Amino acid sequence: MATIELDSLVKRYGQTTVVHGIDLAIQEGEFVVLVGPSGCGKSTTLRMIAGLEEISGGQILIDGRIVNELQPKDRNIAMVFQNYAIYPHVTVADNIAFGLYRSKLSKSEKRQRVEQAAETLGLSHLLERRPSALSGGQRQRVAIGRAMVRDPAAFLFDEPLSNLDAQLRTQMRIEIKRLHHRLGTTSVFVTHDQVEAMTMADRIVVMRDGRILQVGTPLDLYEKPVDVFTARFIGSPTMNLVPATLRDGRADLSSGGSVRVPPSSAKTPDILVGVRPQDLVPTQADSAGLTVSGPVAVVETLGSETLVHIETAGQTLIGSAPGRQIPQIGEHLTLHAPSERLYYFDKVTEKALAA
Amino acid sequence: MKEAASSPALVLSRVRPGRIVAWTLLFIGGVIMVTPLLFMLSTSLKDASQVYDLRVIPAAPTLDNYVEILGDGRFTRWFINSTIIAVIVTLSNVFFDSLVGYTLAKFQFRGRYIVFIAILSTLMIPTEMLVLPWYLMASQFGWIDSYWGIMFPGMMTAFGTFLMKQFFEGVPDDFLEAARIDGLNEFTIWWKIAMPLVTPALSALAIFTFLGNWTAFFWPLIVTTSAELYTLPVGLSSFAVEQSIQWEKIMTGASIATLPTLIIFLFLQRYIVRGVMLAGLKG
Ligand SMILES: Nc1ncnc2c1ncn2[C@@H]1O[C@H](COP(=O)(O)OP(=O)(O)O)[C@@H](O)[C@H]1O
Ligand SMILES: [Mg+2]
Repeated sequence: MATIELDSLVKRYGQTTVVHGIDLAIQEGEFVVLVGPSGCGKSTTLRMIAGLEEISGGQILIDGRIVNELQPKDRNIAMVFQNYAIYPHVTVADNIAFGLYRSKLSKSEKRQRVEQAAETLGLSHLLERRPSALSGGQRQRVAIGRAMVRDPAAFLFDEPLSNLDAQLRTQMRIEIKRLHHRLGTTSVFVTHDQVEAMTMADRIVVMRDGRILQVGTPLDLYEKPVDVFTARFIGSPTMNLVPATLRDGRADLSSGGSVRVPPSSAKTPDILVGVRPQDLVPTQADSAGLTVSGPVAVVETLGSETLVHIETAGQTLIGSAPGRQIPQIGEHLTLHAPSERLYYFDKVTEKALAA
Repeated sequence: MKEAASSPALVLSRVRPGRIVAWTLLFIGGVIMVTPLLFMLSTSLKDASQVYDLRVIPAAPTLDNYVEILGDGRFTRWFINSTIIAVIVTLSNVFFDSLVGYTLAKFQFRGRYIVFIAILSTLMIPTEMLVLPWYLMASQFGWIDSYWGIMFPGMMTAFGTFLMKQFFEGVPDDFLEAARIDGLNEFTIWWKIAMPLVTPALSALAIFTFLGNWTAFFWPLIVTTSAELYTLPVGLSSFAVEQSIQWEKIMTGASIATLPTLIIFLFLQRYIVRGVMLAGLKG
C-alpha cells in the first residue's frame, strides 16, 4: 500500500502538451477513478505513474519517494490493461506467475501464491488452460491475478472493463470493488464511463483536455459539480440546462416562467439553470422551483422509471415519471423540480455560481 | 426431396461451369509441374544405356545408381555441407532478422527510418550485382572456399527483416509493457513474449530460408573451389562436366536432394500455405 502524489505533472509529445501540469494526492488504500472523455489524457497520466511514459515536467511520488527516473519494474506497481495483456502462448498459471517474475520466492512459494490468487478470483480449475480457452471475463480475472500476486504498492487499471459486454462489466465492477475492499491496495482506475466511476470510486477525478476539472467523492460531484462539463458528464441521462436571465434575484427561463435564485456571485445576467432528469417529475407544482410543460416527444420505458422528453420553447427537456406510468406521445405534460434540486451556472464561463 | 437430390442430372447441374474450368487449369498445371519430377525419378532408376529411352516407366528399373551415389563419399559430404549451411543460415535468419525487425517495429530511436530504408533498399539490388562485391569481400578476408564464405551473404536478409518487422508491428504494445512492469529485461521480452507471438511468421521465414539455401547454386558455385566444400546443387552439377554427362547420376542425386524439400512440404504444408499468404509471396 502506498500514497501516490502527482505534482505539476506535464506530458508533451513534441509541440503538443497533452497533460497540463496536474496535481493530485492519492491516499493510502484509496480507490481513485480518473474519468473523462476519450483523449483527455487519462491513460497518459496513468502510464506516467507506471513509468511506461517519460514525464516532461513536474514529479511523481510513490510513498513519498520521487520516482520520476525509476524504471516501471522498480516502482512496485501492477497494471491491468484494456486488452488484458495476457500471453496466449502460456497457461493461466504461467500468466499469473509472470507477476512474480522478479520475486525471490522459491518455486513452491510462487506456485502457492499463484494458487492463492487463482482461488480468490475463482480461476483454480482453469490454471492449466491456455487463455484462448477462456471467456473475456476469465481473461480479465487472469490479468488481475497477475497484478495481485506480487502484492504491489498500487494497482493501476486502464479501462479494464471496456472490452466486456454490459452484464459482465457490471459483475467485474463489483468483483474489483470487493477485491479492493479485501486487499486494501491503493488503486488508480481509468475509465471514460461515468457509471463505472460513480459506482467504484472513493474519489473521482474528472479530466478534460489534459486538465483536472474536479476531484471529489461521487456524491460531491453529483451534488456540487463545479462546472457545466462535470454536471453533464456525471449522471445519466445528462442534466438539462435551461438558459435564463437574472433579474431581481429571479431567473427568467427561456422556456417560460421564472425561478428564485439564491444570492450568488453571478457577474453577468446570463445563466444556465440545470436540473437532473430524476429531479424533474410530474407532481403538483408548488411556487418554489422549476415548472415546465409541453407536449411529450419521446418516451423511454426503463421499467424502474420512465424517461419523458418534452418539448418546451424550442428545447427538449428530459424528465422522469414513475416506472409504471407511461405518458402518451403528444400528451401535454407538466414537470416540476423543487428549487433545492436546481443547479446554476454562468453561461459564459460555464462555472457553477457560488452560493 | 431426397430422391430429387440424388438424381444425376441435378448433381451435374449443381457443378458450376467456373468450377470445371478451374479444375481443368489446375490439372494442366499439376501435370506440367509433376512431369519433370517424374522424369527425374524415372531416369534415376535407369542405367546409362537407357537414359535416352524416354519411357516414363523404365524397362529394366535398377537401384544401382542409388547404391553408387550413396556409397560415393563425395555425395554424402555434399549432402552434409548443404544441411549444415542451410540449418545455420536458417537459424541465423530467424534470430537476427527478427531481432532487427523487432527493434525497428517497437523502439523509437533517432535514425530508425533511415536504417529501415537502407535495409529495404538492398531488396532492390539483384543477386547478380551483389556477387562481385561479395566475392571481393570474401577474397579480401580469406573466406573463399570455406563454409563461412558460402554462408555470410545470407546470414541476415532484408526480406526477412522486413517480414518480421511487419509482424512485430502487429504485436500489441500492452504485451510488452505488461512484461516491462513485471520486470522482464528487454531481451527477455523479445525472446519470451514477442517471439512466441509471431511463430507463424517465424516458421514461414524458416521454411523459405531453408529451401532457398538448400537449392542455392550460383553463389556457392562461385565461392567454392574444392570439391569437399561443394553444396549439393554444385556437386550435382559437377557430375555433368566430369568426362561425359552422367544424366542418371545427376537425376539420382537430384532425387535424393529433393527428399528433404519433399519432407518439409509434406509435414509443414499448413505452415507453408499460411506463410505464403502471410508474406504475400508467389509460391
Ligand atoms: N505517442 C503519442 N504521440 C502523440 N500524441 C499522443 C501519443 N499518445 C497519446 N497522444 C495524445 O495524447 C492525448 C491523450 O491521450 P490518452 O492519454 O491516451 O487519452 P485517454 O486515455 O484519456 O483517452 C490524445 O490526444 C492523444 O492523441
Ligand atoms: Mg485511454
